[in-house]
Amino acid sequence: MWIYEKKLEYPVRVCRPNPRLAKDVITQYGGPDGELSASLRYLTQRYTMPTNQAIATLTDIGTEELAHMEIVAALVYQLVKDAPLHQIIEAGLDGYFSDHDRAVFWVNSEGVPWTAAYVQSKGDPIADLHEDMAAEEKARATYENLINLSDDPDVTDVLRFLRAREVVHFQRFGETLMRVQDYLQCKKVY
Amino acid sequence: MNKEQVELLQKLRALEFTAIDLNLFLDTHPECQEALHDYNRIVKELADVRCAYEAKFGPTLNFGLSESKMGWRWIDGPWPWQAGY
Repeated sequence: MWIYEKKLEYPVRVCRPNPRLAKDVITQYGGPDGELSASLRYLTQRYTMPTNQAIATLTDIGTEELAHMEIVAALVYQLVKDAPLHQIIEAGLDGYFSDHDRAVFWVNSEGVPWTAAYVQSKGDPIADLHEDMAAEEKARATYENLINLSDDPDVTDVLRFLRAREVVHFQRFGETLMRVQDYLQCKKVY
Repeated sequence: MNKEQVELLQKLRALEFTAIDLNLFLDTHPECQEALHDYNRIVKELADVRCAYEAKFGPTLNFGLSESKMGWRWIDGPWPWQAGY
């Protein structure tokens, strides 16, 4: 069960339209290392985790990633909402506009739609937790690229928050991996 | 959204963020009494701030977790991603 809370985890207030930046940021919505990939990966891997502690960590981080997907959607929505058509064309978002107008959809910056092939659910907790740690680092690296690409301080501020959360999640997954390894070692001793 | 609503919402957001971060920390450090104590303290503070916010500005949670005393205000905007929220 999930409950919706009518607030963003971190506020998003964009002052001026910027479809060029929206095109970059949208990859964290529907790109390979984006928030949809993150949330769905953790929330589906949790079913086969061997310990309650690992299940809790995947449930909670997966849930926070859903909130991050909403933050990224808010960024994209506000960056294109009042953008005139000529700006959308100049930004190279005209192809996106043809299919989606100014709606928010899961694509990467080049317009490639999200696919479940971006993520894995292996049934092997060691493999899954290593993937989760790598996913957090890839998302952190993407946010760093986006911060370098951003020319809007209001957007950069939100990207910095999201980058910091990836670092915390990486840490928690690392601790979870150690706990799961200890658990699996104990099970082997007869 | 007026100044009072913005300020109360920011207080709610800050407290809940503290709770989120402590929650994740406790998931991998369940034996840490200090973090557990902080978490339980924040839960109480957060409930008080949520109560104060909702009494004036309507429910923040759906599906039975927030009362909606002055009519069904869940459907009122602005929604969190909209300008003016």
